[in-house]
Amino acid sequence: MLTVRNLHARVAGRDILKGIDLSVRFGEVHAIMGPNGSGKSTLARVLAGHPEYEVTAGEVTFEGEDLLAMDPETRARVGVFMAFQYPVEIPGVNNAYFLKTALNTVRKHRGKEELDAMEFLTLVRERMKQLDMDEAFLNRPVNEGFSGGEKKRNEIFQMAVLEPRLAVLDETDSGLDIDALRVVADGVNAMRSADRAFLVVTHYQRLLTYIVPDVVHVLSEGRIVRSGDKSLALELEDKGYGWLEEPVGKP
Amino acid sequence: MMLDQYATEYAAARARRPSDEPAALARTRDEALDRFMALGFPTTRDEEWRFTSVAPIADQAFALAAPDTDARHAGILPFRFGDAFSAELVFVNGQYAPALSTVPALPAGAQVGSLAAYIAGHASGVEGHLAQVASFDRRAFVALNTALFADGAYIQIPAHAVLDKPIHVAFISTGAANGRPAMSHPRVLVVLGDNSQASIVETYAGQAGTRYFTNVVTEAVLGSHAVLDHYRLQHESRGAYHVGAMCVNAGRSANCASHSISLGGALVRNDVLAVLAGEGVECTLNGLYLADGRRFVDNHTTIDHAMPHCGSREIYKGILADRARGVFNGKIIVRPDAQKTDAKQTNRALLLSEDAQVNSKPELEIFANDVKCTHGAAVGQLDEDAVFYLRSRGLGLTEARHMLIHAFLGDVLHRMPLVPIRHGVEAVLERQLAQALAAAA
Ligand SMILES: Nc1ncnc2c1ncn2[C@@H]1O[C@H](COP(=O)(O)OP(=O)(O)OP(=O)(O)O)[C@@H](O)[C@H]1O
Ligand SMILES: [Mg+2]
Repeated sequence: MLTVRNLHARVAGRDILKGIDLSVRFGEVHAIMGPNGSGKSTLARVLAGHPEYEVTAGEVTFEGEDLLAMDPETRARVGVFMAFQYPVEIPGVNNAYFLKTALNTVRKHRGKEELDAMEFLTLVRERMKQLDMDEAFLNRPVNEGFSGGEKKRNEIFQMAVLEPRLAVLDETDSGLDIDALRVVADGVNAMRSADRAFLVVTHYQRLLTYIVPDVVHVLSEGRIVRSGDKSLALELEDKGYGWLEEPVGKP
Repeated sequence: MMLDQYATEYAAARARRPSDEPAALARTRDEALDRFMALGFPTTRDEEWRFTSVAPIADQAFALAAPDTDARHAGILPFRFGDAFSAELVFVNGQYAPALSTVPALPAGAQVGSLAAYIAGHASGVEGHLAQVASFDRRAFVALNTALFADGAYIQIPAHAVLDKPIHVAFISTGAANGRPAMSHPRVLVVLGDNSQASIVETYAGQAGTRYFTNVVTEAVLGSHAVLDHYRLQHESRGAYHVGAMCVNAGRSANCASHSISLGGALVRNDVLAVLAGEGVECTLNGLYLADGRRFVDNHTTIDHAMPHCGSREIYKGILADRARGVFNGKIIVRPDAQKTDAKQTNRALLLSEDAQVNSKPELEIFANDVKCTHGAAVGQLDEDAVFYLRSRGLGLTEARHMLIHAFLGDVLHRMPLVPIRHGVEAVLERQLAQALAAAA
């Protein structure tokens, strides 16, 4: 469903992604690991269409379509979702109002009926329950004054409501205590299905014991230097990233 | 030399004045004209006008418009409120248009209607209060208005009376007079008796694309425990010059709210002056302005805490797009007697383009020691990360920016208790923002 070929991207005049190749099929979970600054968030933002990030070479197709040609809102509407590593606080914008607008925009694009206030409330209540979230969140401004963990949970909650085809989770595990981590992982696992895929960016094996990946990639200096199955994550946990410094097949 | 034309216009207006205008008012008008001629138009050397050049007004020959009460002019108004309001007084080029107005039954003793008619009828409230609150000694535009006003609204609510529906006072400008750009000097006088209550909406609108000059003065006198909720909705033509003063004198334990919403005009200056003249007054100043293109909007406010235990809450928020410029100056005076004053001022501006600009300045003059006085000012752009966040959830670019702008204006809008006004303002804002955002895209 997602094919990334030779993707190069730059931001603020610096080349960050230097040739990423990646192929994700429906139903799969891919983990992306790698040291700080290796370009994991950059990859996530490029996939989501952040305007600051410039793609200088390569291509990305999503369900056969040129993803890079779409603006960020179109990507969201066709089913790409990114859970932010650092979700933005938006004072004055009510969480429920924002999410209802987003959901109905997305539904409209997908040819589904828009939800009215009651239907929306029923849906979000159910999703909040799954994620063990207090309903009071709905009436607060988006992310404002949320703790780190609450922000991450809110991202997963939005994902659960918007039901994307491809979810890119950027370090959703950081800032979560073990209980919250389990709740979030359960939320993700509940959404795993044959017509959905996940790209899970993380530093820690910990998350991957709950969300078991099909493939693990290691990103270093803007390239994928190693791919393997879930045992690669365990190996990284043991040895760190140092042993990967000289990647195989480096030109 | 351009001032001479005002002397000429004044002489002509004086000759046309009804013979029953009281001699005291005639004297005041003569004094006001003299004062205006002596002061001249303010220049940027005047501290109060440092950032605002009124040369475009001073350099033009405006003419007083003849009465023209063609019913079609009512179409210029952005909104009429119908049943949601009690009286609706409509003025065209500063002259009362009875055919366009409705004045239903009001509480016994209330007087609502054309100021000129009440002047002619020697209404005691007019004689007691007109030109008492808005001093023209150091204000050229107030002097000019006092000399030249033809008509306006008089609203007098007797003690203990409560208006259950708001009053709408609408001033329409058609643009030209005798082949010259027209000027009008509307005057509004509001007298609220003790324990009375009223909501008043002033609307200013003009024929789209025309250039004219509106110079309004509103005076409001609040008795003790009186409650005034006042809105001024400035929706002039984008080519118009609008100078407005809103002067309030609030008595003991009165509650006074002024909402100044400034959306139109090429060059706009709004002055709000509130004198808290009794103990325990609560005063709210609420301001919202939007300018795009090369338009210029200046808001000057003064809250004069003259007595103890008064509270004031002021929030002004502005949005400037393209090459628009804004000025905000918020003065808070706390006189030596005004112990236990609690004053809070916030002013924020959102710049939607790199070429937009705002000059803003709080001015605190505090002469009492046991007071709480805070102010905060901020100028910024839309948070691009927030825009991206919203887009990444499916909202379009324009929709995302709209949502953030609404969030920015949220507290000001929510402080307007009159729902039809709030909705009306939101609708007009929506249209204007769409224009400004399209121009910015
Ligand atoms: N908007 C930006 N402006 C300037 N530099 C940026 C920007 N975004 C990313 N970078 C730089 O690009 C490099 C990769 O950053 P990125 O956030 O993708 O790393 P990461 O792998 O997600 O790191 P972490 O594990 O710390 O989250 C870093 O050197 C970072 O400083
Ligand atoms: Mg990162």
